[in-house]
Amino acid sequence: MSSLPIAGTRAAPKTVIPGFGITFGLTLAWLGLIVLIPLAGLFLKTFELTFEQFIGIVTSARVLNALKISFGIALAAAAINLVFGFFVVWALTRYEFPGRRLFDAIVDIPFALPTAVAGIALTTLYAPNGWIGSLLEPLGIKVAYTPLGILIALVFIGLPFVVRTVQPVLIDLESELEEAASSLGANRWQVIIKVVIPTLLPSLLTGFALAFARAVGEYGSVIFIAGNLPNISEIAPLLIIIRLEEFRYADATAIAVVMLLASFVLLFAINGLQRWSESRSAAF
Amino acid sequence: MNIDVQSVTKNFGSFKALNDVSLKIQSGELLALLGPSGSGKTTLLRIIAGLEWPDSGAVRFDGQDALSLSVKERDVGFVFQHYALFRHMNVFDNIAFGLRVRPRRERKPESFIKNKVEQLLELVQIGSLADRYPSQLSGGQRQRVALARALAIEPRVLLLDEPFGALDAKVRKDLRRWLRNLHNELHVTSILVTHDQEEALEVSDRVVVMGNGKIEQVGSPSEVYDNPASAFVHDFIGESVALPIKVDGSLVRIGGRNIGLDTQGVAQGDARLFVRPHDIEIGQLGDNALEGEVLAVRRFGPTHRVDVSVPIDGGKATIEAAVPAGHEPKIGERVGLIPERYRVFAA
Amino acid sequence: MSIATEADVTDFVPETTATTVHVATGTPRPVRTEPAPVRWAIIGIALAFLSIFIVLPLVTVFQQAFARGWDVYAAAITDPDALHAIKLTLTAAVIAVVLNVVFGLVMAWAVAKFEFKGKSFLITLIDLPFSVSPVVAGLIFVLLFGAQGFFGSWFIDHDIKIIFALPGIVLATVFVTFPFVARELIPLMQEQGTAEEEAAISLGASGWSTFFRVTLPNVKWALLYGVLLCNARAMGEFGAVSVVSGHVRGETNTMPLHIEILYNEYQFSASFAVASLLAFLALVTLVLKTVLENRLSETRR
Repeated sequence: MSSLPIAGTRAAPKTVIPGFGITFGLTLAWLGLIVLIPLAGLFLKTFELTFEQFIGIVTSARVLNALKISFGIALAAAAINLVFGFFVVWALTRYEFPGRRLFDAIVDIPFALPTAVAGIALTTLYAPNGWIGSLLEPLGIKVAYTPLGILIALVFIGLPFVVRTVQPVLIDLESELEEAASSLGANRWQVIIKVVIPTLLPSLLTGFALAFARAVGEYGSVIFIAGNLPNISEIAPLLIIIRLEEFRYADATAIAVVMLLASFVLLFAINGLQRWSESRSAAF
Repeated sequence: MNIDVQSVTKNFGSFKALNDVSLKIQSGELLALLGPSGSGKTTLLRIIAGLEWPDSGAVRFDGQDALSLSVKERDVGFVFQHYALFRHMNVFDNIAFGLRVRPRRERKPESFIKNKVEQLLELVQIGSLADRYPSQLSGGQRQRVALARALAIEPRVLLLDEPFGALDAKVRKDLRRWLRNLHNELHVTSILVTHDQEEALEVSDRVVVMGNGKIEQVGSPSEVYDNPASAFVHDFIGESVALPIKVDGSLVRIGGRNIGLDTQGVAQGDARLFVRPHDIEIGQLGDNALEGEVLAVRRFGPTHRVDVSVPIDGGKATIEAAVPAGHEPKIGERVGLIPERYRVFAA
Repeated sequence: MSIATEADVTDFVPETTATTVHVATGTPRPVRTEPAPVRWAIIGIALAFLSIFIVLPLVTVFQQAFARGWDVYAAAITDPDALHAIKLTLTAAVIAVVLNVVFGLVMAWAVAKFEFKGKSFLITLIDLPFSVSPVVAGLIFVLLFGAQGFFGSWFIDHDIKIIFALPGIVLATVFVTFPFVARELIPLMQEQGTAEEEAAISLGASGWSTFFRVTLPNVKWALLYGVLLCNARAMGEFGAVSVVSGHVRGETNTMPLHIEILYNEYQFSASFAVASLLAFLALVTLVLKTVLENRLSETRR
């Protein structure tokens, strides 16, 4: 028998769940209106510059230094968070101690506390007359109004990214993995170095990348403690605002484009890492 | 209600889920769609339900075109594989759902709905669980709720997708007997999808065996078991031993040797012989018979299983025979094998 | 799923109850933990780190806020400019949350309940605002709607103020909180699949009634969770709003901007007083978040 055409007048829907057309359309419209068109506007604005002008702006000493400070210190802060975040995750998930649940909850403070509040609190704390600053002063260590202050602020805002990315993976880590390694004769140190950390690696890297991405663009918690000296402690987002206030829109835009491209790269790197992480954990 | 599936074809990308499938379902019968995973049975069920649409073909309910009806308009009761109970509603609200979402002018008063749900709870024997939430129920109880919910809308046809798949063996056996009795009571046309042959053979009036998007055989449970229409069905239902043979005129040869069996009308050339272990008897050695060396003897419930190594073209095959206790041969012994019942299919 | 029932456990009686046998068992050495000194060292490092970086700054906020007494605190937060900033912050947050709830649900429905090409790319785009610097987020709206922007002159001609006014603040806030609701809903709705919706529709429910009776109740805790995070970020957003607001005291100053101005004017106590309100909000958010997380893990089980 030859195949019959579908009887009936209605077109065959792919699914019985309604609303694809309208919700998909609204999704694209909303995404376009709030995110894509404004971002495209930024790129369009840079086309008002010639290529030489663009390069000239982003390679001028002050801009270059600001970018170096933003990226360099963000990288250092993410690395510190990677190490200490791992200790925090390990203590919170593997050990019982009084106040564990409370400490687990406060890890999210940097997510919930507005950056400006964090900024003034950290500045007060690390100022020469502050609780921590007064202890460091006799040692000749200055934190507030120096690049070290920027580092402190970026460690603060990046910490929960590492902890909250690694924690669920460590919780779900199969106990058989460690038991097998021990039964095969590995000592505890070897088990952690050769079995646990490699298994956590994708999530550690994802947490690192997320902390880095957040730190690069951070503004609110940094500007109070940074001192904001050009070429020394001036971050790129602040320079954008300064240029904007001087009505040098093209300069502001050029710096913003560099930062935006960096965040695109990071976003795709993070996506790739997460996919890697998922395929790792789904391999069993 | 009778259902007429005509030449239905459905592709998912390059995968042919259903290939020109036609099937008539009689009013009031309980039909099982049986097949391995990927055979297209669930796709066919979802097309009948109106959850999926075919690329071509027709589906008629009592002669009327069903494909132009949405799932809502078809009056089907669908029991989902993992039940799809609404997790935020208790048992009562789950069962009442279909009655409560009717358009206002068709909706029955709440007192009627209450009555109806209570009747259904009695029918599926879970009257005491009305206030429980799905997460507080056992698998078997969830299954009963799913069935009651599907029955609440008084469907013209009841469709069950692997209804016992997620249950453990004991509960599964109890529930399928119960389902059979329920069907005898209600007589609503029902289609059940399963990959479990025991389930299909025990519960249904007729079995549709599917493989690779096609219907291999339709028949009563004993028909498909005793007279498999194809090598696929023989292999899939019950235990089978399959041997490569050659049809040579009116002779069946294995490893060049005539084994004295009927060709069953299969044409000259390569073919396959299918036989069930309990249809093989151990016999005398002799001319024109299948014979081989005993490799192993195992106790298997009330009988023994004997593995016999038989020479075939280019090697050896192992045939498993069921032998009553006390009549088993010794390991290493050469024995003759007599297939009491067998089927020959062209290769 | 555990197959053992209670009966299995209670029926189990050890066979050697009559005589007690003493066996030398040695010290148990659990496999999955470290020696006690290492354990305490790690706990020490973790707690010291958390205390210095998180607890101390939080304590500082409240300590500084009340350092000069209750009267200074009360005066700071009842100051007309402060009150106006609070009102503006609440207004912008409410609008941003409502928009994100509506469109978050729309986007999650489209992404989670249907299959289409380019879906993972679409999810990446929805997440995009997370990785954009807040300052850049503010800048893009200045470039669009500012006096020198692409549409700026049109809006000026029609006497519509966007930049240095509430609409600009709302736009910037919506941008930075764009993914919050959707990204809580999408994974959960994908995990829940479409079986319950199909069941509802096969029982005769309409699309709307399926959404309100089946889908929405199933994701309500995740939705609230998204709202909570969205609100916290909306009320606390500084960088993006700072660029678009123009810092007009008593007009376009939100709470974080008001804190900045007071701080830069050396009114530290007043600044920390307003900051303590936001810090308190952060603490409430955390408590609610913990409650919701428990609810969420219950519904997922």
